[in-house]
Amino acid sequence: MTIVERPAPPPVRTHRQDRRWVGKSINKVEDPKFLRGRGGYVADLVRPGTLHAAVLRSPVPHARIVSVDTRAAEIAPGVHAVITGARAAELTGPLPDFGPDPAKHTWRCLAVDKVRYVGEGVAVVVADNRYLAEDALALIDVEYDPLPAVTDPEAALQPGAAVVHEALGGNVAYERQFDFGDVERDFAEADLVVRDRLRWRRSGGQPLETVGVIADFDPATQKLTVHTNSLSFTSYMFMAAGALGIPMNKFDVHQVPAGGSFGSKLFVTKPTVIAGMCSRVLGRPVAYLEDRIDNITNGDHHGSDRVYDVELAVMRDGTMRGMAIDVVDDYGAYIQFGVGHHGNALAQVTGPYTIGSVRYRLRAVLTNKTQQGAYRGFGSEVNNWMLEQMVDKAARELGMDPVEIRRRNFIRPEQFPYFIPSGNVYDSGNYAAVLDHTLALADYDHWRAEQARLREQGRYVGIGVISAQERSVFSATEFWFWFDDPAAPVTSSPESVTLGVDATGTITATLYSCAFWGNSPETMVAQLVAEEFDCDPHSVSIIYHGTSGGLPATGPGGSRTTVMLAGAVEGASAKIKAKARRAAAHLMEVDPGDLEWADGGFHVRGVPDQRKGLDEIAAMLHMFKHSFPEDLESGLEESKVFDHPYTTMPSADRSDLGVFYPFMGNACHVPVVEVDIETGRVEVLAYAAVHDCGTLVNPRSLSGHIIGGTAQGIGTALYEEFVYDETGQLVTGSFLDYSIPTAMEVPELRIGHVETPSPYTPHGIKGGGEGGRMMAPAALNAAVNDALAPLGVRVTELPMTPDRLRAAIRAAEAAGRR
Amino acid sequence: MTGLQQVTLTVNDRRYTLAVEPRRLLVDVLREDLGLVGTHVGCEHGVCGTCTVLLDGASIRSCTTLAVQADGRAIRTVEGLADGAQLHPLQQAFWDAQGLQCGYCTPGMLMRALEVLEEHPDPTPEQVREGIASNLCRCTGYQYIVEAVMAAAPRMRETGSTAPEPATGAQA
Repeated sequence: MTIVERPAPPPVRTHRQDRRWVGKSINKVEDPKFLRGRGGYVADLVRPGTLHAAVLRSPVPHARIVSVDTRAAEIAPGVHAVITGARAAELTGPLPDFGPDPAKHTWRCLAVDKVRYVGEGVAVVVADNRYLAEDALALIDVEYDPLPAVTDPEAALQPGAAVVHEALGGNVAYERQFDFGDVERDFAEADLVVRDRLRWRRSGGQPLETVGVIADFDPATQKLTVHTNSLSFTSYMFMAAGALGIPMNKFDVHQVPAGGSFGSKLFVTKPTVIAGMCSRVLGRPVAYLEDRIDNITNGDHHGSDRVYDVELAVMRDGTMRGMAIDVVDDYGAYIQFGVGHHGNALAQVTGPYTIGSVRYRLRAVLTNKTQQGAYRGFGSEVNNWMLEQMVDKAARELGMDPVEIRRRNFIRPEQFPYFIPSGNVYDSGNYAAVLDHTLALADYDHWRAEQARLREQGRYVGIGVISAQERSVFSATEFWFWFDDPAAPVTSSPESVTLGVDATGTITATLYSCAFWGNSPETMVAQLVAEEFDCDPHSVSIIYHGTSGGLPATGPGGSRTTVMLAGAVEGASAKIKAKARRAAAHLMEVDPGDLEWADGGFHVRGVPDQRKGLDEIAAMLHMFKHSFPEDLESGLEESKVFDHPYTTMPSADRSDLGVFYPFMGNACHVPVVEVDIETGRVEVLAYAAVHDCGTLVNPRSLSGHIIGGTAQGIGTALYEEFVYDETGQLVTGSFLDYSIPTAMEVPELRIGHVETPSPYTPHGIKGGGEGGRMMAPAALNAAVNDALAPLGVRVTELPMTPDRLRAAIRAAEAAGRR
Repeated sequence: MTGLQQVTLTVNDRRYTLAVEPRRLLVDVLREDLGLVGTHVGCEHGVCGTCTVLLDGASIRSCTTLAVQADGRAIRTVEGLADGAQLHPLQQAFWDAQGLQCGYCTPGMLMRALEVLEEHPDPTPEQVREGIASNLCRCTGYQYIVEAVMAAAPRMRETGSTAPEPATGAQA
């Protein structure tokens, strides 16, 4: 077995206990503008005179484009430009693609020679308004030469399957097997190998606001100004600039609040490239605001779509030794984020358990479906579901209690920091405490008794118990450690904050990425600043800087925002305080070392009356420069670029992937469901969830995200699916067919918190924004399986729609009759 | 496309007379012609309720309503809720309860909740939950919205501030 030499972890922090603002559920500072309908979303910013773009989408899943006749559209009323895919390929470069070999599956803003899924853009019309643009779309005549389509990932692997990209030769965009630890030994020594085949079908974030871009190219300065609710990756903006062929220093992106994202607005390049291209051609501002069909069919962010064959090696006493995971993932027509979704899975592949070895084989397959993007969990939620399904199956085969088998395998509190087989570290945790808290909150024993009582009445009630991980704060290594020769082994994923104390002593914080998409970065920063400077968080002003002249920033994703902003606020605050200390010492004619910070100012240690408030110090620094030594500059403004606090490199042979997602939360969900076995309908009777994301900044805000994420997980588990029929048509192209849970499908949740601080982050904060959806699908599947256990039914496919449940029940009944 | 038609809309007590294409949607006229961008567009096919406004006091989907259908009628949007610096009690309750995250569904949700509270001034949580099930929220999981509406109900009964009365007569 390879011995891995690991760099030392960062120093362990001592966290303050006497916090005043961190940990308080203050009213969020973002909310008043939204409550008044003054959110300033991208569609609200369209000015008179702005032209509107609409995209012609392919009605067929796979075809050669024989011809595109735009003559009638070009002379239609109000039309300013019609750009076909072929013309767009002259005006723009390929879209960024994180895969190992982008040239073999070139992705462009509009299709050129071939369309590869229903909804792919073929041409764009720019007109005076959206009505006129859509009128003109209807006048474009496209001749398609249909090709056979493939929409099933396993069918795509078969010889003779339709090939999505000829340059690739087949449909496998990437294949790799990792062995972490001694897999062979663990399986050879196992008492039992539990096997299963699991199917997770695709769903997506589907925020109520679609992606939108307003692009304004100035022919005089050659500068492109963009307002968008996406493109959060300030530090990777060069890729969008590259696709547009615009120098970075002529490309200024202003981020606006996003009306929800859940991952689906993560670095959406295509709409910006389309709008930017149109604006540059016309020299006028152009808005491209996706409509719902654009977003569902062509929005680049369908979620994971996986088939698993899994083996779990266990001992008679329930000890889990090793896992062998063989996963096929359907990436759709293009592979925009590479296989980062499986990096997320590998960050917590063994869950909260001491499983010692893992074999992970991945085949990333291309099909005639919309490309996979990000959806809350980014693939780790699928791993949670897979692992918890296997643990439950092992418990069933061993005749063990599902709570007991989990407890037996937990990593114990004294074992942290704990390196899992893939090489990632878990910083801290107390999994038994989270489990115990949840069982109490759920009234677990009561429901077990109820379950037995109701079973007597012929009712099928089930209780799910799952314990799973929620990784936070990704490092960029996860995007390339898959490849032996990565094209871009980047390691940076910083976040920056500038704090300014003006002459009156009020504080402004400047953020540098599109931080807001329904999380609460402004509230987080306001509370963190208030903690540093003893001010009212609602007195802190928050502004966003565009990319031009901005500091490096990465934006949300992987539950990183709060931790990274906390580091940046801490760093900028320390600089402000260092300068203020010098200034105050000079003004009071004492040694800087004799001063201490208290109640918003510096006083002489032991002499509280001899003090200067931050407002007094700031006024002096702004307006009385000549009261200070020459090297003390005017003003009181400081910035901090905070880099990822704990990243290590993968080993050359990739037997160890290094530390890439170190701040590890944990949660336990216990839903109680009833299945109507006649109709296949599932009702959630009760639901308890406890999360441990380290130190809480605003507990109610986190609870809100847990509840909202769980609601999305209920959708994933029971209702939501992008269904493609065998001909390749998307049959769930609207919210009539793509069923998002309403208030009647989401139960009243009981939420609890455990706080095990991270030793490595400011205040011990870990990320927690994705947790609800990372747990709920696994928990609900476990509950349904528990309910149907008396029938011998085990459901292994999500979503558990009534027809799938009925089919499983019918099959079990038929097997019982034989 | 086709000729313009004159319509008179009374929006938040202000009367507007304007010429619109018959095919234009009410939500587009509110947002683009009147600059009332607080009413948002979500699904654009009448399912999600993001675009909910009150038409003569009853909630409608403004994304599937033509502006000409609202001719001569009174419309209430989110912009009509707050009284200057003072949030409407329902808005204040949403803020206090964290009944919003991204805020995009919020204007439609507020307008629908107002109507629910008109029908049930002293509602049960179940009545609120069923009432707002007409509107999708993708962020909150609805629980804090239900709590907000429940908290607003007694405040609104005390102050008598239900949905502001659709008034007519004010000139644009």
